[in-house]
Amino acid sequence: MNDESVIRLENVGTRLGEQLIHRDVSLSVNRGEILGVVGKSGSGKTTLLREMIGLQAPTEGHVYLFGQCLDTLNSGQLAALHQRCGILFQSGALFSAFNVFDNIAFPLRESHFVDESLVRQLVCMKLGMVGLDRDAALRLPAELSGGMVKRAALARALALEPELLVLDEPTSGLDPLASEDFIKLLSTLHQELGFTLVMVTHDLDVMRDLCHVLAVLADGRLLAYGSAAEVRNSGEPLVREFFHGEYAERVFANAPVVAA
Amino acid sequence: MSSQPQFADMESPAIRVERTADGFITIKLTGHWTLRGVAQHAHRLQRELREYTSDPEVHWNLNTISALDSVGAFVLWRATEGRRPQHLVVRPEHVPLFRRWADRQVPQEPAKKATHLDIVNPAARVGRLAIEHVRGLLSMLGQFVLDGLWLLRHPGSTPWRDISATIYQAGVKALGITALVGFLIGVVVSYLSSLELKSFGAGNFIVAIVGIGILRELGPMLTAVLVAGRSGSAMAAQLGVMRVTQELDALSAMGISQSLRLVLPKIVALIVVMPLLVVWSDILAMLGAMFAARATLGIGLWRFVDAFPHAVPLANFWLGVGKGAVFGALVALIACHFGLRIKPDTESLAVETTSAVVSAITLAIIADALFAIVFRNVGLP
Repeated sequence: MNDESVIRLENVGTRLGEQLIHRDVSLSVNRGEILGVVGKSGSGKTTLLREMIGLQAPTEGHVYLFGQCLDTLNSGQLAALHQRCGILFQSGALFSAFNVFDNIAFPLRESHFVDESLVRQLVCMKLGMVGLDRDAALRLPAELSGGMVKRAALARALALEPELLVLDEPTSGLDPLASEDFIKLLSTLHQELGFTLVMVTHDLDVMRDLCHVLAVLADGRLLAYGSAAEVRNSGEPLVREFFHGEYAERVFANAPVVAA
Repeated sequence: MSSQPQFADMESPAIRVERTADGFITIKLTGHWTLRGVAQHAHRLQRELREYTSDPEVHWNLNTISALDSVGAFVLWRATEGRRPQHLVVRPEHVPLFRRWADRQVPQEPAKKATHLDIVNPAARVGRLAIEHVRGLLSMLGQFVLDGLWLLRHPGSTPWRDISATIYQAGVKALGITALVGFLIGVVVSYLSSLELKSFGAGNFIVAIVGIGILRELGPMLTAVLVAGRSGSAMAAQLGVMRVTQELDALSAMGISQSLRLVLPKIVALIVVMPLLVVWSDILAMLGAMFAARATLGIGLWRFVDAFPHAVPLANFWLGVGKGAVFGALVALIACHFGLRIKPDTESLAVETTSAVVSAITLAIIADALFAIVFRNVGLP
């Protein structure tokens, strides 16, 4: 088995009752790589993401996370693997009863191996990493703007120094400027911390600027898998429709801002 | 979840001090300078490192570190108090981890928000809160009356579907539980009273005691408590979740009155359905009472029914039904009041829903006491 692969899917398929979500999806993500899962709404992107980190079991095939097959793990082993993953949910999923500071401190406090004074220092460090100030730290999630919610949720996802960061539509609901800032932030943090990044996205700018590898889901299948250039050259009509629309041509005509 | 054991195989971070022949001190760092490695020893490591960071002649060698993450880098950076040592060897892949802190400050730890715990004058706080609630309830009641008057002139806009849905949810679906509780209370009250009456040889009074007790007091009170617990909490939570999901804002944005579409149907439905539930639980409680009376006193069912109209004045029945309507209005009004106070967070949802149920039951009991005083000359033999 390839030691470098963080996530490996083997012929994964999912059915919800009679409805086929996707079938026969095989891919692998190497350490330090950035994978973008792309597709229309309802093509099962988020389902695939949940299956990658074991929040949901696929109906067919196998998922390997950090080289371990998820089918064979008990809940304790799975929890240990989850401690090595950071997850950013689409709407942030910050605990609404805690302020931002306590939200970021929560995973550190729960893991019980850090004392309180270090927790407070580390939370401040994470706040600095994602560009939030002390004023924002004391606010409740309901009092934050969309961009700040994403940043706070990112800081919480990074709290346990994850080797794998999973993002569900990181730029959805952000204005173009905030979205660009967030992509830059992710890119800086990726260079700095060297984590593996898997994300679901609709955002062509994100695909161009950030992703090393794209996986295009449509029609219940993995239609194309490779770098942005390779995917754009794919002959599949559904893929061409997505990557050669008027807007897509304009996006990809510009040179990537962040070199891969 | 166990937290530490899975990292047991990890090499813990260590500081090795080497002195070269020409008198230079070289500090070599080894082991896992990561969150899990450093966590237990962060303060000791920082203390030990500080002994050397003040000396600019010390050579630092970070090549020997097995693993470094941002926490490890942060601990080192804190120990050097932000100054980069002059003689420093770092592996190229670790450079970005230090670069972040080179030109930036860590945000300061936020000061704890001064909590407004008014120890000096808690009475004032309670008073302010009480005024706020009374004002809120009165304005909601006023709005209900205004909406009602408006509907008299525009009967086409009456939210019939919402009213009937609430009647079904709060009334029809509550038939089972009110029947069960009513029946059991009837049995208990009748059984205990019978035992006492029997010892005085006054068994015939059981009909009057149980009849007046249930129709006048227990029936309406019992139903109010059950409906407050079932439907009051549901109504408050529903409004709260509508706040969280911004459905309330969506309604307002469409120009639809919250009070007309959300509050009024609930109040109307409970005013309609509560008296019916009272009658229903009265019937079941009387049945229970009859069975218990027959078992303990040997009063047959027909004798009980025959004696009932003479022992229990009809006014008690109407008083109980009237109370039911008033309690229903109270429960719905209070549930809506607290439901609309819910802020979009889980804590507030829990607090206000609890308050809604507790206040509804408390106010129903207070109203019951007022009824007892006002109608002290009505329906009692």
